[in-house]
Amino acid sequence: MTDLNQSRTEQIQRSLAKRYRAEKRFRLYGTMAIAFGLLCVVLLFSDIISKGYRAFQQTYVQLEITYDANVLGVTDVGDSQQVALGDFQGIVKKALKARFTEVAGRKAKRDLYGLISNGAGYTLRDRLVANPELLNQTETLWLVADDDIDTYYKSIGSKAGAFIGRTSEGRQNWVAQLVESGDIELRFNRNFFTHGDSREPELAGIRGAAMGSLFTLVVTIMLSFPIGVAAAIYLEEFAPRNRWTDLIEVNINNLAAVPSIIFGLLGLAIFINFFHVPRSVPLVGGLVLTLMTLPTIIISSRAAIKAVPPSIRDAAIGVGASPMQVVLHHVLPLAMPGMLTGAIIGMAQALGETAPLLMIGMVAFIVDVPGGFTDPSTVLPVQIFLWADSPERAFVEKTSAAIMVLLTFLIVMNTLAVVLRKRLERRW
Amino acid sequence: MQTANILIVLLTLSAVAYYMARGRSVAMAQSLGGIRHLHSLPFFYGMRAAIWCSLPSIALLFLWLMFDEPIISALLIGELPESLQPTSAAEHNLLLNSIENIASGALSAETVDPALVAAAESLTGLREIGRSLLTAAVLSTAVLGMGWGWVKVSPKLRARQQVERVFRGILLSCACVAIFTTLGILLSVLFESLRFFQAVPLSEFLFSTEWSPQMAIRSDQVGSSGSFGAIPLFVGTLLISFIAMFVAVPVGLMSAIYLAEYATPRVRGLAKPALEVLAGIPTVVYGFFAALTVAPFLRQTGESIGLEVSSESALAAGLVMGVMIIPFISSLADDVINAVPQSLRDGSLGLGATRSETIKQVIFPAALPGIVGGVLLAVSRAIGETMIVVMAAGLAANLTANPLETVTTVTVQIVTLLVGDQEFDSPKTLAAFALGLMLFVVTLVLNFIALNVVKKYREQYD
Repeated sequence: MTDLNQSRTEQIQRSLAKRYRAEKRFRLYGTMAIAFGLLCVVLLFSDIISKGYRAFQQTYVQLEITYDANVLGVTDVGDSQQVALGDFQGIVKKALKARFTEVAGRKAKRDLYGLISNGAGYTLRDRLVANPELLNQTETLWLVADDDIDTYYKSIGSKAGAFIGRTSEGRQNWVAQLVESGDIELRFNRNFFTHGDSREPELAGIRGAAMGSLFTLVVTIMLSFPIGVAAAIYLEEFAPRNRWTDLIEVNINNLAAVPSIIFGLLGLAIFINFFHVPRSVPLVGGLVLTLMTLPTIIISSRAAIKAVPPSIRDAAIGVGASPMQVVLHHVLPLAMPGMLTGAIIGMAQALGETAPLLMIGMVAFIVDVPGGFTDPSTVLPVQIFLWADSPERAFVEKTSAAIMVLLTFLIVMNTLAVVLRKRLERRW
Repeated sequence: MQTANILIVLLTLSAVAYYMARGRSVAMAQSLGGIRHLHSLPFFYGMRAAIWCSLPSIALLFLWLMFDEPIISALLIGELPESLQPTSAAEHNLLLNSIENIASGALSAETVDPALVAAAESLTGLREIGRSLLTAAVLSTAVLGMGWGWVKVSPKLRARQQVERVFRGILLSCACVAIFTTLGILLSVLFESLRFFQAVPLSEFLFSTEWSPQMAIRSDQVGSSGSFGAIPLFVGTLLISFIAMFVAVPVGLMSAIYLAEYATPRVRGLAKPALEVLAGIPTVVYGFFAALTVAPFLRQTGESIGLEVSSESALAAGLVMGVMIIPFISSLADDVINAVPQSLRDGSLGLGATRSETIKQVIFPAALPGIVGGVLLAVSRAIGETMIVVMAAGLAANLTANPLETVTTVTVQIVTLLVGDQEFDSPKTLAAFALGLMLFVVTLVLNFIALNVVKKYREQYD
């Protein structure tokens, strides 16, 4: 008997060690899962930041520019037609030729002219129009370098070696000369924040997309917040318990899980083809995003209304308020912080959404910064999508930078929602 | 007047109506000896007038805007001489477009039929008449409503009840937007899909394995191969979703279990929001990450061990999609695990089970329906996810189960077929709606099952 007992205790002892090992293993799996998730967050952010932080700086080249009236073909700066036709690219070319006098031959010269961005001519034109006395004068200016030069210059001295790409040997030499004389440097990239889209990476900016996003979001919040709050009030406070109400609730829960691209199909078929709302405009984008964010806003608003204790309603009814007055004067103000939090989260969702907007034509290449709800425009995430598809290498860093801007907005909105909830939350 | 201006005028008129009716009720009350002799507060008399002023006129405005263009175009086509009468819907649209272009000056009037120029002129004329008629009609409705609201003010008028009834109606119609949205989705994809299935038989769409949606615009065009077998798309979608779930389910589930059962409150407070950051990142960012970081990395790794990895492999898209879905599964699973009653845990631990045994043999089975529901919702998200696959998966419709090869998905094809200019009669664009219908139905069924499972399970322990 003692023998048997001993062997059983031993058995248990042995199995216990095994079970504890299993326990430890299981716990380790859990830690690993969490670690994997956190690693993904860190990887994603570090990858995007390391790719994009350079886009906030742009390579500039210093040149001595002469506003030669003969080259420009401009005799009177006040004449807008003359100025519009003026060969401003010509004076840039002349300045480059003067800087690198040794360059000869058509091919080499064309190579040389490619050092400076095509947009430099417009900068000079605007400068001359603003300061007419500059005509036939010479001044030293920093001009935006071409994107190939920009990529090359930024990659000089990097661990992987300089990225040469389309930069010919001649150009590398000229860049080396410019570096030696201190006529090339990185400066803050203002174009990125003040320009619309462009085919030239050095001129492309996110202003147009950001304004498009702004207009789209304004339409979205103006429609989805009132409609969402009204729907939530009806469902929580007035709806009778019947099939109709059940149908509404099932619909809302289902819509919250419908893929966003389906809302794009809806927008295309109903708003554009049936109601003839113009394509590619913030108005139709806002309408589609309204339908998409509505379930989110309704669900969070209902939760906020539910959190208001019944004693408040009872008290109001007790002093003679009508059901509508109870809701509008008492429940709604108390639930408002929760509703606003939900609305901000809904807007963050709308700001990051891309797929439905592709369907309704907000993917057009649009250079102008939109100025209203019916101007063709694109939005930040779509701009990211478009740039990510562009073959120029310089667009990779622009894309990452645009992502950083978008993520900044999203982080600010989500933090705002959290802070709002913490500050205004009431415990009953 | 422009529509926006009309709306602003209406708003002003409503405000005027409010103040006038309110003032009238107060004045009436004064002669009776104070507002307590009124049936409702002066506010309700004012609101009643404002509603009478704005609601009918806004309804009229929207009805008008909905129907004026079709009426004007019907008039225009009717005016045209016999020789120009359109014979098909496409010709009808073309004709209207050219008249529109002449009217706006985009098409030179010298190069076209004088009848069309005349039509363009009458278009401009009709539009102007329409505008002035609309303005007059809407504004007079508003003024009439305002007058009605003002005249009817009397101490006995049950203004509060009337105003509240209208408010309630507005609230109800807002709640019905959800139903109309679902209906709109169904109708829009259903009608276009039906047109598609007239051109392409349903059996070909569902069972054929060849997807190549190139339709000839002219009959003699080269390179048209209109075959619409969607099997490769379904297989591609399932393959990518499977890879995504292969990553997301274990990681999401284990992190939920760890957070709910093992983590100290401090760790939980830090790790949970950090994981939820993943849920807040826009999908286009994941797409960029998949296409420019993960895919090249997989390709290089594959090459170094002698594997041929496509640069748009299903694996890259699936892995990144899995990462995106982790927080979704982990927060849903966290909820259901926390909903398992503490008494079950205590009982199991009291019998001498270790924590992991408790989790595996007691909590997990108890939470299983909820977890299954969460996983189904996650599958429906993976199937409907668009941007990651558009950016990282390919366009080639390969029928393969090899994750290292390029596959395409339903959503990728919808985007490629519909982005850019389209003609709405071609099966090529209609195919996108048929795919949309499939997607909608599949996700709807998944969501429906999942929501019901979760709901039932919640009731079990309440």
